Amino acid sequence: MLKDITLGQYFPGTTPAHRLDPRTKLILVVLYIIALFAAESFVSYGLMALTLCLCVAVSKVPPKSLIKGLKPVLFILIFTALLNVFYTPGRILWQWWIFRVTIEGIFTAFFMALRISLLIMGTFLMTYTTSPIMLTDGMESLMNPLKKLHVPVHELAMMMSIALRFIPTLIEETDKIMSAQKARGADFETGSLLQRAKAMVPLLVPLFISAFRRADELAVAMECRCYHGGEGRTKLKVLRYRGIDYTAFSLGALILAGVIVLARFGL
Amino acid sequence: MTDIIRTENLSYAYPPDEGKEPVPALTGVDLTIEPGSFVVVLGHNGSGKSTLAKHMNAVLLPTGGRVLVDGIDTAEEESLFEIRRRVGMVFQNPDNQIVANVVEEDVAFGPENIGVPTEEIRRRVDESLKAVGMEDFLLHAPHMLSGGQKQRIAIAGVIAMAPQCIVLDESTAMLDPSGRQEVLRTVSWLNREQGITIVLITHHMNEAAYAHRVIVMDHGRVAMDGPPKEVLTRSKDLRRLGLTPPPTVELLSALSEAGWNVPLDAIEPEECAQAISKYLGA
Ligand SMILES: Nc1ncnc2c1ncn2[C@@H]1O[C@H](COP(=O)(O)OP(=O)(O)OP(=O)(O)O)[C@@H](O)[C@H]1O
Ligand SMILES: [Mg+2]
Repeated sequence: MLKDITLGQYFPGTTPAHRLDPRTKLILVVLYIIALFAAESFVSYGLMALTLCLCVAVSKVPPKSLIKGLKPVLFILIFTALLNVFYTPGRILWQWWIFRVTIEGIFTAFFMALRISLLIMGTFLMTYTTSPIMLTDGMESLMNPLKKLHVPVHELAMMMSIALRFIPTLIEETDKIMSAQKARGADFETGSLLQRAKAMVPLLVPLFISAFRRADELAVAMECRCYHGGEGRTKLKVLRYRGIDYTAFSLGALILAGVIVLARFGL
Repeated sequence: MTDIIRTENLSYAYPPDEGKEPVPALTGVDLTIEPGSFVVVLGHNGSGKSTLAKHMNAVLLPTGGRVLVDGIDTAEEESLFEIRRRVGMVFQNPDNQIVANVVEEDVAFGPENIGVPTEEIRRRVDESLKAVGMEDFLLHAPHMLSGGQKQRIAIAGVIAMAPQCIVLDESTAMLDPSGRQEVLRTVSWLNREQGITIVLITHHMNEAAYAHRVIVMDHGRVAMDGPPKEVLTRSKDLRRLGLTPPPTVELLSALSEAGWNVPLDAIEPEECAQAISKYLGA
């Protein structure tokens, strides 16, 4: 039952979107988000949407899975849109009691929803086309300058990849403990919120104990394999920018510049 | 040739709880393990096997006596990585010793830590995976593999460090019989073909048949030490030390008591069967 949860799901592939250096993708996503906030009109939003569509087409990621990614934020999306529709001052179209719909409101709501959706889908596209390990590698490499400020960059990246490594293991274990408790009559699905929370206690206690034991054993195993932090460490896979990355950077910069120019002309 | 592992009057006590006397986990252990040998360590629960194993690559340091790994004293702090590179360790729970979420990345973890150049890491990863017969799983996620396969990945991670010795602390205990066979076949191949010294700690008597030498621990001391045919046939001593002699030994000694003229040291099942059929045929 818990196994259905897909975490940071990655669609393996060999498309240009997959072959890009993870750092390139991280930077491009940031550029994309900046461009989204610079966009102000139908034309510039159209350009942003078109960009995303092209990227999806190149990556061969099923568009359905991207749209599914929006589901968890659907409520927030609708809620902010409604607030915008009702409370943006401007030319009134329709009014009832305290509710007032304005033309400006409709536009703002529409753009706001579009902006959030594009932002989420853009980020998801990156995680769909980049393996978690490449993503942490990319982050570590991009954050490297922060080492000078004594930010433990290597340790953070290591923690993240170990967390990713153990998520499936812990899910499996939770599943096992749950079945064992259910067989003894525990009920996780019915009852009030409080009752269900109480039912979780005998689940969480063994899970925590086992997680601590695992951490302990893993630490010894890592020590035995000469782990001593990031100092003097080499890598099986060295990140390297290639032609395709420079092409992607140029395209990204052009689109961002385009959106900013359009905004200058009030478009 | 220097002994790969040598303990001299090794004693160890875990730091005790406050206000309590330390209880020794090891007392006066003198052992020498020759390069290229295959040693099985037996002993009942709490007899000090894991504590002994952890002294073999400086995870624990002696509280009395000393341990030499390839001639290096494990108490020398500056030689720590030299020692751990020479003696690799495989543990019981395969899930708790795999670090990365891709097989090749996990095998590369050790070499990365000791600063092996990138191309050399690639070569070592490929070779180690081939040595354990897992070369087809290079890009797999470890949590999708069987227990035996996970342990072979852990072994590959150790081989990638080019060790002289591998210590396996009950690495077969959580596996099903076929997984256990996989692991045993892998380590005996490594011992035979690559001359890697193997120290195998186990609860399974029949695994001792693979060894050149069997050591039985009891209350932190070495209680028995010798070739398998000699140690495993001493049923009475084994029982006194909390171990069950292999069924073949029990069978042969029962037959011999009943007046059958069979050898007592045919400990491997096939060997035993042959001895009995020979007696019956003759
Ligand atoms: N971390 C620890 N702290 C304190 N005492 C310990 C610790 N680990 C082991 N001991 C004690 O040291 C003794 C030897 O334990 P050790 O784990 O070496 O035995 P073992 O032969 O490996 O047993 P098993 O077959 O159960 O793995 C035992 O009496 C045990 O209680
Ligand atoms: Mg033990």
